[in-house]
Amino acid sequence: MKRLLIRGGRLIDPSCGRDEVTDLLLVDGKVAEIGPPAVGAAADREIDATGGWVIPGAIDMHVHLREPGQEYKETIRTGAEAAAAGGFTGVACMANTVPVNDHAAVTRFILERAATAPVRVYPVGAVTRGLAGKQLVDMGEMIDAGVAAFSDDGRTVVDSALLRHAFEYAAVLGRTIICHCQDDRLFGGGVMHEGRVSASLGLPGIPAIAEEVDIDRCIRVAEYVGAPLHIAHVGTRGAVAIIAAAKARGVAVTAEVTPHHLMLDHRAVHDLYYFPEDVHAARNWPRRFNTWTKMSPPLREPEDVVALRRALAEGVIDTVATDHAPHEQNEKEVEFASAPFGVVGLETALPLVLALVREGVLTPARMVDCLSGAPARILGLAGRGSLAPGMDADVTVIDPGCRWVVEPERFRSRARNTPFAGWRVQGRAAYTVVAGEVVYAAAGAS
Amino acid sequence: MIKAVFPHKDLLGIRNLGRDEIVMILDTAESFKEVSRRPIKKVPSLRGQTVINLFYEPSTRTRTSFEIAAKRLSADAVNISASTSSVVKGETLADTVRNLQAMAPDIVVMRHACAGAAEYVAGIIAAGVVNAGDGAHEHPTQALLDLLTMRQHCGRLEGLRLAIIGDIAHSRVARSNLWACRTLGIHARVCGPPSMMPRDLADFGEVEVCSRPEDAIATADVIMMLRLQLERQGTGLFPSLEEYARRYGLNRERLARAPADAVVMHPGPMNRGVEIAGDVADGRRAVILDQVENGVAVRMAILYLLGGSRS
Repeated sequence: MKRLLIRGGRLIDPSCGRDEVTDLLLVDGKVAEIGPPAVGAAADREIDATGGWVIPGAIDMHVHLREPGQEYKETIRTGAEAAAAGGFTGVACMANTVPVNDHAAVTRFILERAATAPVRVYPVGAVTRGLAGKQLVDMGEMIDAGVAAFSDDGRTVVDSALLRHAFEYAAVLGRTIICHCQDDRLFGGGVMHEGRVSASLGLPGIPAIAEEVDIDRCIRVAEYVGAPLHIAHVGTRGAVAIIAAAKARGVAVTAEVTPHHLMLDHRAVHDLYYFPEDVHAARNWPRRFNTWTKMSPPLREPEDVVALRRALAEGVIDTVATDHAPHEQNEKEVEFASAPFGVVGLETALPLVLALVREGVLTPARMVDCLSGAPARILGLAGRGSLAPGMDADVTVIDPGCRWVVEPERFRSRARNTPFAGWRVQGRAAYTVVAGEVVYAAAGAS
Repeated sequence: MIKAVFPHKDLLGIRNLGRDEIVMILDTAESFKEVSRRPIKKVPSLRGQTVINLFYEPSTRTRTSFEIAAKRLSADAVNISASTSSVVKGETLADTVRNLQAMAPDIVVMRHACAGAAEYVAGIIAAGVVNAGDGAHEHPTQALLDLLTMRQHCGRLEGLRLAIIGDIAHSRVARSNLWACRTLGIHARVCGPPSMMPRDLADFGEVEVCSRPEDAIATADVIMMLRLQLERQGTGLFPSLEEYARRYGLNRERLARAPADAVVMHPGPMNRGVEIAGDVADGRRAVILDQVENGVAVRMAILYLLGGSRS
């Protein structure tokens, strides 16, 4: 019997109605007991979580691990190490690898690689072969191989009839389709949000309606066939309104938002205004046209940030997912229009979400459901997202008070492309525990 | 001539220039106009300095203007255009300019299709960078030559009324001029097809958006017609060249709705019969060739001020 005791932390888990300072005993990879252990029941290892928060292991349901095919950007191993360091006990990796995860063999390869990785990896299968939008993947076989959900992330399924059939199959097979909603024609050659900043910088804009009309389409198709769907990286207040309306009429729609869309708006493209001048000078970061602020969907307007925060607080948006999109430094060190979309997020998400708790946007319990319970429910991960006795012993121990500076060069991830470099943040993962094993312990943690 | 102090390494845009800096450039340009009228059109100001014209987009007028400006200042000018450079070999912009930097130029004049490209390069290399147009972002020397022309014909800048008509959304000329209007107190009105109008011009300050060109020019001192990029045909941005010409083109009848002393400008190259009728372009109110003449003077001033600021 392998026993790990996490002692004296504030255990926050809305799934079992807990918010109290107590002990948590993990035995043989399962949650055994909440509360002070019986006298004489010695643990093999103890973690002193005094002053910390103990929550069900956080799950990032939207990451790009780049393996197979683009290992120079990230590997399953480095991505999983970044996840562990960021406090995530599991990640769902998108299918846009090379080759695309559109076949059971690729799924098996990913899971084989993930077997020795520090956190759990939930492969997301493509909806269509090669993400080409023409032919559905063999969903049943891929589910047998271990995919958790389906998505053509990075693209939308343009053919609405095919999208309908994808929803029909996935629903019968008990899997959710994750929709990257984007009307390609409205998106056009845009590289940032269409608004006053794109107007003054002369950069081609991506209108808010590019995502909104497609969210509306995907919801209506899923609603018609009665299938669940999940909307990836919601970015606009209009999208929030569409999702809220759908939820109100009973559609099985869930949604995620990224930390960067919760913290930044399109002004960051013109000026990384939040950095002191000396930081720019010392690190040679361009203030303007900084490609670290380039992602899809783009950073929107301050009003959108307000709406996204409120939607997350009220449950219109269910979860925070990072859309961790590693790129090699050289790929981002180009003129703005030529840079690839995407930023990394695994190692900065937790302090940013904690900032929302400190600001009073989220209650601690709401934060925990966003990070742990909701993604486990959306992906249908039995045994995860809760610390009820008998559940898998995936735990994140948070040090909410630790102040630190985001230094990309210290990331476990192979990539450095974060818009939060130089930010002074508060809170981090002290311990990340997967199946009862400590897979990450912060420097200085006992 | 007394050497003015210009406190910048680069000229990347009008947005970040102050009123005094703009006026200083225009005054310097004014003094250089005389050089181009001499029989021997050369002063030794930049002797021994190297100016590289790095053009990633085709350009005849701007590149020639910069080249003549550099030569009249006695600088050595080298032209690199995308078709003859290593761009086709897939080299990154950063690598290209680092290689150029290793050859120790004093100033790199750069045109590129991507907004922000000049600023990006300026952050990489030690040489002064002059933005000769970056995407739809800025074209500062064009705005400066426009300002010099306006001042020459109207006698002042503050309080002038400028109408800019055409494809505002894709125009770096419009943007640089709008920044200048904001800084110098010029009243700007813009007009163009709604499909070619930026969604939100709030950053530019007090800009009036008119849906009809007649409204834009009604009280104008200066009418600036923008070039319509003909390759935008068929993209759905406007129905046809004919429809564009009818609704937005500056012809004699439309010009008659403007004040009698309003002058007509165009950054060139013109599409005669599209955004501007031939008889208007050739008419007595057009100051288009003055703009070209002033372009050389403005570029001499910029090269002189940037070259001077580092020597």
